[in-house]
Amino acid sequence: MELKDIIKEENLVYSKPKLLNDNTMHYCPGCSHGVVHKLLAEVIEELGIQEKTIGVSPVGCSVFAYNYIDIDWHEAAHGRAPAVATGISRVNPQKVVFTYQGDGDLASIGTAEIMHAANRGENIVVIFINNAIYGMTGGQMAPTTLLGQVTATTPCGRDLDRNGYPLKITELIGQLPGTSYVSRQSVHTPAASRRCRKALKKAFENAMAKKGTSFVEVVSTCSSGWRLTPIEANKWMEDNMFPFYPIGDIKDGEKAGPEAYFQQNLKTQLA
Amino acid sequence: MGELRLMKGNEVIAEAAIRCGCDAYFGYPITPQSEVMETLMNREPWDETGMVVLQAESEVASINMVYGAAGTGKKVLTSSSSPGISLMAEGISYIAGAELPCVIVNVQRGGPGLGTIQPSQADYFQSTKGGGHGDYRLIVLAPSSVQEMNDFVDLAFKLAFKYRNPAMILADGAIGQMMEKVELSDFVPRKTDTEIETEYGNWATTGKKANRSKNVITSLELDSVLMEQNNLRFQAKYRQMEEEEVRYEMIQCDDAEYILVAFGSSARICQKSVDIARAKGLKVGLIRPITLFPFPTKPIAELAERVKGFMTVEMNAGQMIEDVRLAVGCSGNSKPVIYFGRMGGIIPSPGEVVEALEQKLIGG
Ligand SMILES: Cc1ncc(C[n+]2csc(CCOP(=O)(O)OP(=O)(O)O)c2C)c(N)n1
Ligand code: SF4
Ligand SMILES: [Mg+2]
Repeated sequence: MELKDIIKEENLVYSKPKLLNDNTMHYCPGCSHGVVHKLLAEVIEELGIQEKTIGVSPVGCSVFAYNYIDIDWHEAAHGRAPAVATGISRVNPQKVVFTYQGDGDLASIGTAEIMHAANRGENIVVIFINNAIYGMTGGQMAPTTLLGQVTATTPCGRDLDRNGYPLKITELIGQLPGTSYVSRQSVHTPAASRRCRKALKKAFENAMAKKGTSFVEVVSTCSSGWRLTPIEANKWMEDNMFPFYPIGDIKDGEKAGPEAYFQQNLKTQLA
Repeated sequence: MGELRLMKGNEVIAEAAIRCGCDAYFGYPITPQSEVMETLMNREPWDETGMVVLQAESEVASINMVYGAAGTGKKVLTSSSSPGISLMAEGISYIAGAELPCVIVNVQRGGPGLGTIQPSQADYFQSTKGGGHGDYRLIVLAPSSVQEMNDFVDLAFKLAFKYRNPAMILADGAIGQMMEKVELSDFVPRKTDTEIETEYGNWATTGKKANRSKNVITSLELDSVLMEQNNLRFQAKYRQMEEEEVRYEMIQCDDAEYILVAFGSSARICQKSVDIARAKGLKVGLIRPITLFPFPTKPIAELAERVKGFMTVEMNAGQMIEDVRLAVGCSGNSKPVIYFGRMGGIIPSPGEVVEALEQKLIGG
């Protein structure tokens, strides 16, 4: 049997989502970004929302996300994606808006924007790629870098006294009443990717149902930043990241109603 | 005749925005312009026109909300005062680089730093020479009355959309806080989503339709050859503004021997100074740049042919004087150009201006 006898329409068991175009990805071998892009494209396609979805790409390795998924995109300044998404979503409430951000982008320079967007309960999806490092700028310490982890700016390992604690921002986000779904996932095995896809789908469904902010962290690999081969990177992530950033749902419910917060007669008292 | 009201400059910005069909306002409180958002919140335009009004967590967030909303082809406004505009600088640079229309109001206060809440014109350089990083320009309009606060909202949006470039209304604490009679504009409905899709569907993030390729709002271009082309395109746009959009007012310049050059509040003071000087028999006129970018270089150069000298009057340490010197230099005439001004929130008095003119220019 020759190759041409195998490559036939009737033998097709899997194909990439149509929304994911044929542009060559710039990501390093073993990088999680590409896998998450594929899952994202699949979910948008499956929900049939490509004509009303607007993506906000960050500053970080995924700055060029707009080159790979065929929807309308807005490229934000470093850390500001949740504010950009707020602007888009507020004037276009019928659209589905998501941000795609790295850990430096979301948990360091953009901490204020993500906290306040989630606290307002903006009807957006936030996809948070936590690779515990600044991939794009060459592997410097991120807020999520583990204690002892060697990076370009922590050559002797992250030191508690000098650098403070690794930030579990997803747990903080889960505390905010404006969020309805907050989950931590990974894409290092086919089974993990399937679970991540499910989480992303739920997040988009929530946004479509105007249920407030949905937040999916993906604990990710950065083989180049970590100076490891792709296989070593997966192993390092399982051994070191998962114990500190445990996989699973952190919150799955509804955003809080006003009852718990609204004090009777406050308005009339001050008016 | 439109509706007549007695209003503060800041209140008028809000009212004019609602009336010109603005889609959204994002802002953060700062004196002396907080009445803009307060007026909007009291007017509740979301019921009347569907306009969105949101108090952001910072000026960094408000300008980025503007960036996002403007990318979808909507008419978006923000306002702040000097320290807040500094925080917006990165976002404004992105908006200029991504070629999006929006209107930013700066009701200036004195600096540097936290400075004072009193009026100032010390953000002239920041507004007219860029402000943020990279080679970009804002269209800058300088109102000198509450009426112009009304008129320039619509004008700024028209210019912003014509050039797909951010436009700034550069006011100051005096114009923002002052109450004057104003003739309000008539109501114009907001654009529908279908109108936006038809008019701006070739660039705005309205959601990718099957019949068009995706729209991407970005200022990023890593290929230097293409990035230079982008810059050349921006520069061509700025040159076109210089050809088509220069606006200014001349007061008693026909027979003038000495010319005051002043914008905004300073120009209001100088109108009185011209009267005082004329009563003393001095032939003094005033040119008031209305667009600070593009700057009225040509009319100043033409005046340089026949007058004896210029004095800029500014509520800063002398910033616009550089552009006046360039204009006079362009004309090939070596007429004196001097500066008089006050800083730190002090507004010069008309008499002080005449005194400076007599001592520093006429007598000097
Ligand atoms: C205002 C500003 N500061 C700094 C930078 C430089 N910078 C670009 S990407 C980046 C870090 C990105 O790290 P992360 O968000 O974790 O994304 P990753 O590349 O790891 O996916 C930094 C600091 C910038 N572009 N803008
Ligand atoms: S540097 Fe890291 S995050 Fe960036 S593409 Fe390479 S592996 Fe991915
Ligand atoms: Mg990172």
